[in-house]
Amino acid sequence: MKMNRLLSALIPALVFIFLAFPLLGVDMSPQNLRLVVSLAPSSNLTLILTAGFAIFLFQYFKFSITRIADVVKVKVIDNNVENLEFKTLFASYWFWAILVISLFAWPLLVGSSTSLDISIKVLIYVMLGLGLNVVVGLAGLLDLGYVGFYAVGAYCYGMLNFYFDIGFWVALPISVFAAATAGFLLGFPVLRLRGDYLAIVTLGFGEIIRILLNNLSSITGGPNGLNGIDKPTLFGLEITKRLKIDKENGQTIYDFFGFDYDRMYMMMVIYFLALIMVFFCLFVINRLQRMPIGRAWEALREDEIACRSLGLNRTAIKLSAFTIGASTAGFAGAFFAAYQGSISPESFIFFESAIILAIVVLGGMGSQLGVILAAIVLTALPEMAREFNDYRMLVFGALMVLMMIWRPQGFIQTKRPTIDLNGESKA
Amino acid sequence: MSYLLEAVDLKMQFGGLMAVNGVNLHVNKNEIVSVIGPNGAGKTTVFNCLTGFYEPTGGVIKFEDGEIQGVPGHLISRKGMVRTFQHVRLFKEMSVVENLLVAQHRHLNTNFLSGLFKTKSYRDAEKKALAQAKFWLDKVNLTEFSDREAGNLAYGQQRRLEIARCMVTQPKLIMLDEPAAGLNPTETAELNQLISDLRSDFDMTVLLIEHDMKLVMDISDRIYVVNQGMPLAHGTPAEIQNNPEVIKAYLGEE
Repeated sequence: MKMNRLLSALIPALVFIFLAFPLLGVDMSPQNLRLVVSLAPSSNLTLILTAGFAIFLFQYFKFSITRIADVVKVKVIDNNVENLEFKTLFASYWFWAILVISLFAWPLLVGSSTSLDISIKVLIYVMLGLGLNVVVGLAGLLDLGYVGFYAVGAYCYGMLNFYFDIGFWVALPISVFAAATAGFLLGFPVLRLRGDYLAIVTLGFGEIIRILLNNLSSITGGPNGLNGIDKPTLFGLEITKRLKIDKENGQTIYDFFGFDYDRMYMMMVIYFLALIMVFFCLFVINRLQRMPIGRAWEALREDEIACRSLGLNRTAIKLSAFTIGASTAGFAGAFFAAYQGSISPESFIFFESAIILAIVVLGGMGSQLGVILAAIVLTALPEMAREFNDYRMLVFGALMVLMMIWRPQGFIQTKRPTIDLNGESKA
Repeated sequence: MSYLLEAVDLKMQFGGLMAVNGVNLHVNKNEIVSVIGPNGAGKTTVFNCLTGFYEPTGGVIKFEDGEIQGVPGHLISRKGMVRTFQHVRLFKEMSVVENLLVAQHRHLNTNFLSGLFKTKSYRDAEKKALAQAKFWLDKVNLTEFSDREAGNLAYGQQRRLEIARCMVTQPKLIMLDEPAAGLNPTETAELNQLISDLRSDFDMTVLLIEHDMKLVMDISDRIYVVNQGMPLAHGTPAEIQNNPEVIKAYLGEE
């Protein structure tokens, strides 16, 4: 038992070091025409080792940590049937409080707009992962064209802003609605299909969207895409350096509060917006998961025939999962367009779908926490190791293969919500 | 006199195979009726036709005076006719209570916004569903396993959970497809008791497919015998036991 625990802690740590070393541990510098490979500065190496050690500690003491959490949980026994209510497993509120605070304090800690840029990208992928998680992880519908809905959302805001000067906050719900409609329309014919067939059709859908965007040059700008899309405003205040949207009566946030423009400030505002949007997605999807519809999604994944025999309407349930997933992608897409300021079909290639799917699978199907972790790993790591761009796919592939061998259930295995039949809920 | 469920001249053809040919049956309210027959006789096909999993090639099915042949399965089940399966079909990775909550889907408040903000009507509906789930868990002795994943239960427990899952939908007729398959004698005796209780305490009507003759003879009011898709005999347990045709079908000719 003890040996087992040691081993199961040692392996992830070693895997991490093994994967991180080629990314961060070696330095490659071009000399004349040759590439000289040397060991990275010792600070990088210590970083890798520390992280590996942290992983080891976490894995090793995981059981003790959960046990502490169990003790903290107060158990109220009450046989009154009136008091039946749900009890969630994630009990320690202080943990979440610290997490949220540190997330908001994050930009102050990192202090560079490049790392904030990466953080914002991670947050966008978290949103996408959460949305796809509904479709693939919960409802069990393999969707390979998810990026199509992302594109619909992004182009919806992009075009509304480009042609009609509609602001981000007005366009956001429209984009969500447009993506949801796309999901709904695609869902109708497609959801009769199962498994592999569904995957192929959705794959086709994603490509159709991209090719449409590429070729409808008169509307979408073709391969060049759309430029000069407005950034979101903050309660009517603009966040760019100079007034862009309302040149006569507008006011920038910097003038309003009376400090000088710094690119960092703008990034911070965008980061906070992204964070709030992620929390919004988390909240909605988390609630959905615990609602009857969420249970129905999972039931459908488990056994369609049993669902039918219990009076659940398969089509409606599948469509709702598809629509919710698509609208989340639209939500993220509109934000992406606003953040980048320019969009082109380049950003919506199949590879994006593959990454988002990898986030869901790697994170552990159905687990929201897992999706968040996987989004960080799969987006932030490659960005941090830009120099190794060429090896990115190699490491990516190796990581996926290794994960499938050692931890096919993903980073975090979904925990069933414990439902207390007799107790009183704490919330 | 109208029956709760009635099938007239039911036919089901798969290509050249006549899986069910001219089966007639009726079930009165509060009755326990069994369908028996050798393996491959078409019993489960009859079930599948009745519950809308297959669209019968011919014949009429009436449930509470409405014709239901060709109606999609989920709508038939909403009319109050639910079934279990020959091979247990639970939502294996979901917990035991969740299985029972999913089954109550259409009794719950599925409104998106009320669920998002946990309105009172939403919470009340959830509470009621939980109470209902707890009631049936107690009934089938699974309360202590309520948070266990359904797939991890012992086989007999899974069978009981499947019956409980049908019952929480508040059906009028419950159809059990070989509920005793794979159960040991003690468990079969418990099942016998449970089915009798369903009738006496909950006014349930039961249609049963079963191979365990002791259970069938014990519990049934009437029995239909099907052989090679055709109706062979129909009567009380005593009549069936002494029917030479039935004995021939089961044991072969002397």
